[in-house]
Amino acid sequence: MQTTAEPASVALPGQPTLARKGMMRLPMVPKLAYRNLFHDRLGLIVTVVGIVFSVVLVAVQFGLYLGSENRIAAMFDHAEGDLWVVPLGTKSFDDPAMLSGRERHGVLSTPGVASVQELAVGFVNWRKPKGGSTAALLVGSDVTQGISLPWNVTEGSASALAAPSAVAVDSTYFQELGVGGLGDRAEVNNMEVTVHAVTKGIRSFTTLPYVFTTLATGRTLLGASADQSSYTLVKAAPGTAVEELRSALAKRLPDAEILTHAEFRKRSLDYWLFETGAGAALIAGAVLGIIVGMVIVAQTLYASTKDHLNEFATLRALGASAGYINKVILIQAILSAVIGYVLGMALSLLVIWAAEDSTLLIVMTPHLALMLLALTVGMCVLAAICAIFKVIRIDPAVVFSR
Amino acid sequence: MTALPYMLEARDITKVYRSEAGDIMPLKGVSVELAPGELTLLMGPSGSGKTTLLSILGCILSPTSGSLSIAGYSTAGLSAEGMADLRRRHVGFVFQSYNLVPTLTALENVMLALDLRGASRAEAPDLAWEALAAVRLSHRAHVMPSKLSGGEKQRVSIARALAGAPSVILADEPTAALDSENGQAVMALLAEVAKDTRRAVLVVTHDHRTLKYGDRMIRIEDGRIASRARRRLSEVNNEFAPAA
Ligand SMILES: Nc1ncnc2c1ncn2[C@@H]1O[C@H](COP(=O)(O)OP(=O)(O)OP(=O)(O)O)[C@@H](O)[C@H]1O
Ligand SMILES: [Mg+2]
Repeated sequence: MQTTAEPASVALPGQPTLARKGMMRLPMVPKLAYRNLFHDRLGLIVTVVGIVFSVVLVAVQFGLYLGSENRIAAMFDHAEGDLWVVPLGTKSFDDPAMLSGRERHGVLSTPGVASVQELAVGFVNWRKPKGGSTAALLVGSDVTQGISLPWNVTEGSASALAAPSAVAVDSTYFQELGVGGLGDRAEVNNMEVTVHAVTKGIRSFTTLPYVFTTLATGRTLLGASADQSSYTLVKAAPGTAVEELRSALAKRLPDAEILTHAEFRKRSLDYWLFETGAGAALIAGAVLGIIVGMVIVAQTLYASTKDHLNEFATLRALGASAGYINKVILIQAILSAVIGYVLGMALSLLVIWAAEDSTLLIVMTPHLALMLLALTVGMCVLAAICAIFKVIRIDPAVVFSR
Repeated sequence: MTALPYMLEARDITKVYRSEAGDIMPLKGVSVELAPGELTLLMGPSGSGKTTLLSILGCILSPTSGSLSIAGYSTAGLSAEGMADLRRRHVGFVFQSYNLVPTLTALENVMLALDLRGASRAEAPDLAWEALAAVRLSHRAHVMPSKLSGGEKQRVSIARALAGAPSVILADEPTAALDSENGQAVMALLAEVAKDTRRAVLVVTHDHRTLKYGDRMIRIEDGRIASRARRRLSEVNNEFAPAA
């Protein structure tokens, strides 16, 4: 019996100097994956269409979600401060009520406060010059005191709002508001206003038009008293702990809520995205996209693997390790993922570009693009794992019975 | 010739297929040794267990009992991956239906076997061309299997079995799908492989015209060895003498 003999004694010339570490391998695994993929054109097209569909759906849903976030948070990104004094029970920036009117004084007399800005925000009735009316959200703030509301001014200027009864509107709302540019007049709560500035792209998540004006004009138009405001935005003096200032303010203003900038921002986002279900719907759409994509990819990859099962059995019979075969299937999946992602991304950007002039705000960020890539590859790898389970069970003995 | 150890040694191999309809025992205690430089023919009626034996000798199937060693390595206690490793390094297969990978060219099919056997990027092309040259198919290297004739396909599969220099080449009815002329050419090639490279070759065959290429013949009937014969060294006709 030779079973225990020194194996080297039967080695023959011509055997490859078996795999040593650091040796370059032949690119047979990617070649097989590539050939398998492109061998079945129809299967490849179905796979890629599935992935593209999925990528576009997820990109648009998440892009809309990000766009919604941007819209909801826009006010906060342009009205920087440390603490917000808001009426009790305020759900979001777009859900205004009036404070009692004594806040400014209370805040200013609190140690550690650097400055105070007030905003008068409220729903108004906007009567179009040619008849008809609509609701709008009036935002009165003093642009002269450093808050940059409104922004993106394309016609006129923010400082022109200092004129009596001057307002700024967004060009994307011209139609709803029945105006067409600078100098156009309308009525707000039965008081005449004149457009002195036009912005571009300031839209609300609720689609209700924003109308910007000064604090004083805002108070007048909203019928508020001269010391009333909706929100009081507090800047802490350098070196003041914001939390301490918050509790000091809370003590002085028991009828108001004191929120940090981040808290109020998050409260607004959570309200519109989750309490109203709008964000959940967008996320559900994205999840649906992922599921549909995954099912299609799993289905086509599985079919492709089944088509090539005899080759996998041959590979196995020739002594391929399970890992070798799994790598072929995985690379096949990743290749389809990359092709699908590139095409899907291109199509998504096209959709986003086409939506630019519509009222939809779809946002694509490098972060989202990376996440989509990871998602696509992950989706395809998961599909590949399903296919691998099919191959694991093949019996190499079938090579003799064909 | 007997100075060299056997390339393959199987002792008392049995195989039982269990099924609800009852057990089938295609192998009932078979012992086989394959010596380097020899082409052994395995013959027997249909259903006698030839393919089953070949699968076991090639580490594709595990025997129900018995022992097997290839190139000095015992298969006792090997896992599925261990068996795959052993057949990858020491066994070359030639199948009746070729089993070439249809999406790879002739050369790439040979390269695939070399890649599986761990050949590096540097040495594989030379080894692959060498193997194709050995089956006289260098001129068809870049042709897809679908464009090759049956005889050419089988020669590619011999090149694939040969590449990487396994200790044993096992062929299951390699000529069954070929016409007489191509069948003879393939058998001649396998005999040449056995002689030139001093590896053990076992060929399952039904075809009596292939007898002249064998050095030894084993007949199997109903899962048992019915007879063994060795060609008389002096004779050039198809006569086999009972083995000593
Ligand atoms: N996977 C299996 N399960 C159950 N029985 C099997 C299986 N494979 C083969 N057999 C049975 O084992 C016996 C031997 O089959 P085997 O394929 O080894 O015969 P063979 O000698 O190669 O025949 P042929 O000349 O027709 O190819 C047959 O009765 C066959 O039906
Ligand atoms: Mg058979």
